[in-house]
Amino acid sequence: MANLTINGKSLTLDVEADTPLLWAIRENAGLTGTKYGCGIAQCGACTVHIDGVATRSCGVSVAEAEGKKITTIEGLASGGVLHKVQQAWIAKDVPQCGYCQSGMIMAVAALLNDKPKPTDADIDEAITNICRCGTFQQVREAIHTIAAA
Amino acid sequence: MNKHVSPKMNRRAFVIGTAAVGAGLAIGLDLPFGGPAVVRAADGSPEIGAWVVVRPDDTVVIRIARSEMGQGSLTGLAQLVAEELECDWSKVTTEYPTPGQSVARKRVWGDFSTGGSRGIRSSQDYVRKGGATARVMLIEAAANEWKVPASECTVARGVITHKASGRSTTYGKVAEAAAKLTPPADVKLKDPKDWTIIGKGLLRLDTADKTTGAMTYGIDVKLPGMLNAAIKDCPVFGGKLKSYDEAKVAGMKGVKKVVKVGDTAVAVVADTWWHAKTALEALPIVWDEGDNAKVSSESIAKWLAEGLDNDQPAYVGNKNGDAKAAIAGAAKKVEAVYSYPYQNHATMEPMNATALYTADKCEVWCGTQNGEAAFAAVLEASGLPAEKCDVHKVMLGGGFGRRGQTDYVRQAVMIAKQMPGTPVKLLWSREEDMAHGRYHPITQCKMTGAFDANNNLVALHYRLSGQSILFSLRPEALQNGMDPAAFQGVAQSGEAAFGYSVPNLLVEHAMRNPHVPPGFWRGVNVNHNAIYMECFMDELAHAAGQDPLEFRRKLMGNHPKHLAVLNAVAEKIGWSTPAPQGVYRGIAQVMGYGSYVAGAAEISVTDGSKIKVHRIVASTDPGYVVNPAQVERQIAGSFVYGLSALFYGGCTVKDGKIEQTNFDTYNSMRINEMPKVESVMVPSGGFWGGVGEPTIGVAAPAVLNAYFAATGKRIRSVPLRDQNITFA
Repeated sequence: MANLTINGKSLTLDVEADTPLLWAIRENAGLTGTKYGCGIAQCGACTVHIDGVATRSCGVSVAEAEGKKITTIEGLASGGVLHKVQQAWIAKDVPQCGYCQSGMIMAVAALLNDKPKPTDADIDEAITNICRCGTFQQVREAIHTIAAA
Repeated sequence: MNKHVSPKMNRRAFVIGTAAVGAGLAIGLDLPFGGPAVVRAADGSPEIGAWVVVRPDDTVVIRIARSEMGQGSLTGLAQLVAEELECDWSKVTTEYPTPGQSVARKRVWGDFSTGGSRGIRSSQDYVRKGGATARVMLIEAAANEWKVPASECTVARGVITHKASGRSTTYGKVAEAAAKLTPPADVKLKDPKDWTIIGKGLLRLDTADKTTGAMTYGIDVKLPGMLNAAIKDCPVFGGKLKSYDEAKVAGMKGVKKVVKVGDTAVAVVADTWWHAKTALEALPIVWDEGDNAKVSSESIAKWLAEGLDNDQPAYVGNKNGDAKAAIAGAAKKVEAVYSYPYQNHATMEPMNATALYTADKCEVWCGTQNGEAAFAAVLEASGLPAEKCDVHKVMLGGGFGRRGQTDYVRQAVMIAKQMPGTPVKLLWSREEDMAHGRYHPITQCKMTGAFDANNNLVALHYRLSGQSILFSLRPEALQNGMDPAAFQGVAQSGEAAFGYSVPNLLVEHAMRNPHVPPGFWRGVNVNHNAIYMECFMDELAHAAGQDPLEFRRKLMGNHPKHLAVLNAVAEKIGWSTPAPQGVYRGIAQVMGYGSYVAGAAEISVTDGSKIKVHRIVASTDPGYVVNPAQVERQIAGSFVYGLSALFYGGCTVKDGKIEQTNFDTYNSMRINEMPKVESVMVPSGGFWGGVGEPTIGVAAPAVLNAYFAATGKRIRSVPLRDQNITFA
């Protein structure tokens, strides 16, 4: 059993301490917006916020995540209003297949939280998620649109 | 289908069990006295022809048979229907018919396959007719109600008006009456100049759920009582499963069952996938790897190299004049050998499918590029007849050709069949996905060009050696043994025609089929053919002491559409003016999937080994552009996929197995490596070409030719990773 705080809710989950957080989120908490892509913290599809820091949840164990504030893509909107990154993603038609976009959006939200007006260099450094469809151009444009708003 | 049954009973009886994922539609039939059958959607709203359902609130539901995997054709196909339907775009929604429903209705929705950049181009005619048919029926219903000639009625945005009497109504109000009318035998489609929805860069219809985590991909399917399976197939293709020691994992947490899957694989079924995967990794497995375990990249390369020899048999794909004689008598000749490796599709979402098997029914939920092929796989693996099977399509986390194959569907059914009544979701690990791809075929190519004394190209011999996809996947499509698709981009004519006129030409293919299974990988045979031909064209230009663009132009007089896109790219990148200091340019063109494309790159190179791509310009003439915003995204995306393959891709073989296991050994481009792609769309009309794939062909040769311009060094093999060349 583990106690995890996900999207503001305290959950007691029947899961082993060494299970990767990704699978606890997807299979035990039932939040499937966070995606499995590689399992080795390479692709970023499983990115969530742990205490506000964009983190690849496949590389963090349940034990390490206990007691911390976990936010998944399902918890990014607040009070029924989509986060500005989600809004920009819709307005700019960023996703193609969309599978990597939960992680991409979480990474971008954390970047903008740290640096509200990121430069291209900031984006290049912070956004290291793989997108096989190749949405990078739209991702970059949408980030700049948010920063300019 | 023409049975009289009460609508209520019928709707209930035909509802397909898709509550778990909320996708799909239900079909109801009712046959009113004296009229044709009215077919109803799940909510009871009537179909106005197979492609359109109109709800009482004026919502228009457009049926999409092809699959959406990010390429945007779900939205494009809806635009095609909506254009002719004259409905209100803001009230358009879409749904997938299931393959089972289609088969039961004599394939009323036609082909479900979504590959070869065919989604739009090969269904545009009949889906537009579907929209036009519904429009005619809806207008006729209003005219009947008003007792006026239909010809006096007009429609705009779903509102029908009879100007003379000042009356108007909406599609939603006349839908019931329209559904009872006999469809018109023939409809006239709009002149493209009158299009108002086609040609607009409208936002996609499927974006919102992709930003909130709500979109259901195959990996997200949940069914009551569902278990999860992890699988290992023999890592040597063609090898078999010999034995496994179930007792070693039977007591592990969550494990329900260990099952043999066909002759080659074993799966662990558990409460969660993590438990299934953990147990699978602990499961002792003995493989019978067979003779293929002796195969390596080196042995394959050696075998292919032998095929480059003129004495070996080869299929001729394009020929004029006598290339061999002209080369023998030429003033000067240039020769080069190129190669292209295996590539994995590496869709972000690994292969998966969820199956529920009972004695009299088998249903599968999955992302698939070919609903009907998946359906056929379910029939075959379950042993049940068509009326007892169905496939419920969900969003694909990438396809790129991989999900046109049905191996993972078949496996899911084979597992579920051993646990009747329990839904089982089979998910491949990334490692399994890397080990069991349907890889971009491996080839080599030897090219010989010959010049006369005035540096005119008089002959070209293009000799491919390597793998045929059709030999493995669609042998019935071979022509007397020859794979016509092997000549994509260098073919005599058709949708992938060669764009140059050379007086003596010989294009041939020595087929060599190693044991590694090939597949259709975005761009397919255009990828290597465009690299071989366009890089060698650059070599020929330099050998002749001519500008690569001017050299090409001289050979393209009889190929005006190929030339037009090349010129468009040259103009946009500023070929006639010098590049910025330290920046070098490369250019390429090819035809594929019915579209003409060209690309140009500006790069700089540090220390001969670090490449920065500053600029990419790409042009396409696909005949018509349905949604320019989506076409732009497909062009940019194809460059990310193509350049990822050039720099980082490449699957190698050792002991019969693929060596790369995950994104750490099979990397993919990141945002910092990718420049903006400037798209130039020059649709010339009169034909329908594809969009998702063609431009990938010019991505690698444009950069490779720029690399030569920068360094004087010619790269003739992929990936650059193996030559210690990386992104700056």
